[in-house]
Amino acid sequence: MHLHEYQAKQLFSDYGIPVPAGRLLTTTADVSGVTAALGGTAWVVKAQVHAGGRGKGGGVQLVKDEQSLADAVRQMLGSRLVTPQTDVDGLPVNSVLVECTVPIAREIYFSLLVDRGSERVTLMASAAGGMNIEEVAAHDAAAIVTERVNPAVGLQGFQCRNLAFALGLEGKQTGAFTKLASAAYRLMMESDAGLLEINPLVVTGDGELVALDAKLDLDDNALFRHQPLAALRDPQQEDEREHLAQQHGLNYIRLSGNIACMVNGAGLAMATMDLIKLHGGAPANFLDVGGGATAEKVAEAFKIILSDPQVEAILVNIFGGIVRCDLIAEGILQAIAEVAVKVPVVVRLEGTNAAAGLELIEQSGLAVLTASDLTEAASRVVAALPGGATA
Amino acid sequence: MSVLIDSTTRVICQGFTGAQGSFHSQQALDYGTRLVGGVTPGKGGQAHLDLPVFNTVRDAVAATQADASMIYVPAAFAADAILEAAAAGIGLIVCITEGIPVLDMLRVKAVLRDTESRLIGPNCPGIITPGACKIGIMPGPMHTPGSIGIVSRSGTLTYEAVFQTSRCGFGQSTCIGIGGDPIRGMGFIECLQLFENDPDTSGIVMIGEIGGNGEERAAEYIQSHVSKPVVAYIAGVTAPPGKRMGHAGAIVSGGQGTADAKIAALEAAGVTVVRSPAEMGRGMQAAMKG
Repeated sequence: MHLHEYQAKQLFSDYGIPVPAGRLLTTTADVSGVTAALGGTAWVVKAQVHAGGRGKGGGVQLVKDEQSLADAVRQMLGSRLVTPQTDVDGLPVNSVLVECTVPIAREIYFSLLVDRGSERVTLMASAAGGMNIEEVAAHDAAAIVTERVNPAVGLQGFQCRNLAFALGLEGKQTGAFTKLASAAYRLMMESDAGLLEINPLVVTGDGELVALDAKLDLDDNALFRHQPLAALRDPQQEDEREHLAQQHGLNYIRLSGNIACMVNGAGLAMATMDLIKLHGGAPANFLDVGGGATAEKVAEAFKIILSDPQVEAILVNIFGGIVRCDLIAEGILQAIAEVAVKVPVVVRLEGTNAAAGLELIEQSGLAVLTASDLTEAASRVVAALPGGATA
Repeated sequence: MSVLIDSTTRVICQGFTGAQGSFHSQQALDYGTRLVGGVTPGKGGQAHLDLPVFNTVRDAVAATQADASMIYVPAAFAADAILEAAAAGIGLIVCITEGIPVLDMLRVKAVLRDTESRLIGPNCPGIITPGACKIGIMPGPMHTPGSIGIVSRSGTLTYEAVFQTSRCGFGQSTCIGIGGDPIRGMGFIECLQLFENDPDTSGIVMIGEIGGNGEERAAEYIQSHVSKPVVAYIAGVTAPPGKRMGHAGAIVSGGQGTADAKIAALEAAGVTVVRSPAEMGRGMQAAMKG
C-alpha cells in the first residue's frame, strides 16, 4: 500500500526525521492565511498523488505570494495529474501540500528497502540526490553505497557512519545522519514498510539535514497488525475496478488490451496473458480468482471485467485442482444470466471435474465457446474478436 | 525415485484441527502420505482424523519421530510455526500459508541459517513424490510416478507441467512448489542440485516468473553444474512494470526482474525455454531427444 507524501512526512515527523514546515490543503478556501502561518518568502505546492515524476506533470510549483499560491492550488485541486509514472488518465488531485522552501546546499538520495537477494533490509545512499536512482544504478553503480542490516541486532551506528562518510557529510552532519537513518530504520520495522525513500534528502545552507520528499510503501500482508496505518489507504488513487476486485477477494490489474482473462492462480493468469499476446492478441487485464474460487466469486469477476469498455472478448482459463471445474462452470453460467454478456466468451477447463464442467456449458445453449487445451483457447479467443486479431 | 520425501517420510501437520489443516490432512492420508499426527496448541491429547494431536511440535516429534511438517496456520502465526518446527529439529518444513508479512520471513530466514532445517514456501502448493507422499494442496490423482523433476514458483502452472509431463508419458519424480513470495525457503538452485543428484530424475522442468533474480542465478548454476536436460517456462512477459501480479514476489521494479532478462539468461545457459505454457511437455520431449 502506498502512502501520500504528506502521510509519510507526518510519520517522519513523529519519528524525529526533519521535514519542511507544511500545511495540507483540500479546498481552495484553505489558502487564506497559509503563507503567514508558515512564514518565509517562497513556498512549494505539491499535488498529493500516488505517483512519482510529479514535477514533470506540473504537480510541483514554486510560488512567491499568496495570489500565485491560490492560483496554483485552484489549478491542481480537482484536476487529474498525468506524470511519466501514471497512465494517460492520470490520478485525481484531492489534496495539495504547501511547504516552506528550504535553502539547498546539496541533495542526497537515501532509502531503505527489503532486498530479496540478500534477504536483508538494505540502506542505499548516493551523493546523486534528486535523480532517478535506477538511472544512477544503470550508469554508475559505484555512486551508490549500501549497508545490509542483520535483523538479530538491527541497524548499527558504524553502518550509518560508513554511509555518512561515503556521502562526504561533515562535522555534526554525520551525527545527524546517524540519528535520521536510525529513525528511518525504526519506522520501517515498526510500520512493516517494504520501502522508505527520501529523494532528495537535502543538506541546507545551515548544514541541517531535511527530508524534502518522502515515500513510504507498506506491506499489505502486515496491515492486519497496523490498523491506524491501514486507515490511511486512499482508494481514490487506486483503479476503481482493482479496488472493487480486492473487496471480493479477487486480484485484478487493468491492462491496455481488449481480451479480458479470468484465471485461477497468479502464475497461470500471467501465462494466459502471455499466451494471448503470443497468438497476436492483447490482454485487457490480469485476473486471479484464487484457489478458493466459488460460483459467486466467478460472477463478480465477470462483472468487473465486463465493466471495462475496451473488452471485446473473454478467455476463461481454469485448471481445477482443489477448485472443481463444474462449480466454476456454474458460476460462469450464473454470471452470464445475471450480466448481459455481449462479447464472445471462450472457456478452457482442465483438471478436477473438467468434463462435467464443459458438459454443463455446452448444454446451457448459451453462446460460449469451449476449448480443450491452452493453445486452442488462445487462438479461438483471438479469432473471436470482432475484427479478428487486432494487436 | 525422488528427492526430499518418499513413502517413509513421517509427516505432521501444524494447524491440524483447523479447516484447511483438516481438509488437506485428510487428502494427504487418502493419497497415502504417512501422516503421524498433528499440532494444535491447547488440544494436545485429543484425537483428530484418528491421529494424535499434540500441544507443541516438540511433543509431536518426541512421540512420533516426525521428520517433516506441513503448516496451515494463518499468516499472522505462520512465522512462529516455522520457527517452532525448526527448533524441534524438523528436517523438512513445508509452509503453505499465503500472506505472511515480508519482515517476518526476513527474520525467520536469518534464524533458519543456523539450523539444519529446509523450508519449502511459504505461499506455495507444497511438495509431492507421486504415488508415495503428498505434502501440500496439489490435486493428487493427476500425478504419475516417473522421471521428471519439477520446480516452480507458481501453483497452477505446476499443475500444467504435471498434466503435460504425465500425458507425454514421462511422469514425475518429485514436484516442488517453492512459492510466490519475495523471501522464501528453498530456491531454484537447491532444487536443481537435488534433481541433478537424484538417479531417478532424468529431466527437469523449471517454472519461473517476473521479479527477483532467482532464475538468472539458476541459469548460471545450470551452466556449470547441471548435466540433465532442463526445460524452462517464464511467466509475465506482458506484465506491466511496478505492478504486483498476484504473488507478492511477482513484480518488475526498477527495470529488474523482467521475463525477457530471465529468458535470455536461461537460453544463454543452454536451457530449452518454451514461450508457451502449453509447450512444457513437448519441450521436454524435444530436449530428451537432443
